[in-house]
Amino acid sequence: MLLIKCPWCGQRDMIEFTHGGDATKIYPKDDATAQEWHEFVYLRDNPRGAHDEYWHHVAGCRQWLKLRRDTTTHDILATAPADGDLDI
Amino acid sequence: MVIIGGGGHGLATAYYLAKLHGIANVAVLEKGWLGGGNTGRNTTIVRSNYMLPANAHLYEHSMKLWEGLSQDLNFNVMFSQRGVLNLYHSKAQADAFARRGNAMRLNGIDAVMLSRNEVRKMVPELDFSDRARFPINGGLLQLRGGTARHDAVAWGYARAADQRGVDIIQNCEVTGFVIEKGRVAGVETTRGKIAAGKVAMAVAGHSGQLARKAGLTLPIESHVLQAMVSEPLKPLLDTVVTFGAGHFYVSQSDKGGLVFGGDIDGYNSYAQRGNLPMLEHVVSAGVSMMPCLSRLRMLRSWGGIVDMSMDGSPIIGKTPIDGLYINGGWCYGGFKATPGSGWVYAHTIANDAPHRLNQAFTLERFANGRLIDERGAGANPALH
Repeated sequence: MLLIKCPWCGQRDMIEFTHGGDATKIYPKDDATAQEWHEFVYLRDNPRGAHDEYWHHVAGCRQWLKLRRDTTTHDILATAPADGDLDI
Repeated sequence: MVIIGGGGHGLATAYYLAKLHGIANVAVLEKGWLGGGNTGRNTTIVRSNYMLPANAHLYEHSMKLWEGLSQDLNFNVMFSQRGVLNLYHSKAQADAFARRGNAMRLNGIDAVMLSRNEVRKMVPELDFSDRARFPINGGLLQLRGGTARHDAVAWGYARAADQRGVDIIQNCEVTGFVIEKGRVAGVETTRGKIAAGKVAMAVAGHSGQLARKAGLTLPIESHVLQAMVSEPLKPLLDTVVTFGAGHFYVSQSDKGGLVFGGDIDGYNSYAQRGNLPMLEHVVSAGVSMMPCLSRLRMLRSWGGIVDMSMDGSPIIGKTPIDGLYINGGWCYGGFKATPGSGWVYAHTIANDAPHRLNQAFTLERFANGRLIDERGAGANPALH
């Protein structure tokens, strides 16, 4: 069981959350090229180790958050609001 | 040439290269032991009940190879065509299944729609009571589907490839590629450098990690998919049943254990282990479908790392680097494809061009919009 520290609610079980995908992907600008859209929609760094990702506290406060998690151990290294900074 | 990955797909590729294309100067490199990855971690189900033409033809070709595989390899892979039954619970689902069944039949694949009573006759243990949470209205049956002994597939291909002159090297991990002027020239490994004119990746689950060493970023995320097996029982279930209401599939192994599987956990992982909430979800779907499972004890559970491609279909073909080939992105479904995957991959490598059966499964399809999205719900790394 992953224990996720929601920035608003504190530590909660993973079953209250849904995974929202890679948080390093930034929505392309209006004048982005097809290649930039391709990279945004399809390509993933898919790292072995620290991975920044969105989660949604869907069965809790319903806020989106961001966390950094090790994909080899599942250890959660940092959490922040979705628009926050994981490096602080 | 070098094949990276000594699982079913890599070994099948080596076998067909030697047998059908006269290329036996092949080394299969495996970082662990033969079949120690997803080949030995799946739920052993074999089927070709796909709707889209590209998938239908690839998996049906694979099915036809399965039907002669034990004889071809002179190794009993215990292929058992016990049928794969998909249950439906609503009119919308019945329509969707009829559409898929019709598409299958148009593509030359067997498919039968069963009524509630026909399903009941076939699998009486399912919940047909008035209290069923998801009443079973009927099912789509592929009688030629079934199961196979997964480890035996790796062993059989390995022995048959070895007998034709292929070198199989275990405990040899590829750490990098030698690339000269845009063309592959060999691999660096934990046991030294190996020069090769062609290098073929077959490491689904870790395709992203390996391709990165060649400078490629893939439309793939690695996720954990769990499975489990119960204590052994006397014969209870003589087919494969999938539960369309949740996501649950079950068959009974020859040792008597019920083998269960469900969805991926849903977060990126290389850990080869998952978490209990998904196991609980799978088991509750199982009990909802077959109440007689409620007091069954689980023997063990395990996780495998799967390449979740962004359209739910595999990638088999060339890469932007000359002489480097990719076979990955199998999502949940690589095991059943093993013979067909190796067959088309061997053709692709030998001719430096895809076979018509895999020409749609390119890496470029994501950039040029020719996705093979069976679910019609991409882009999303949770499809299959």
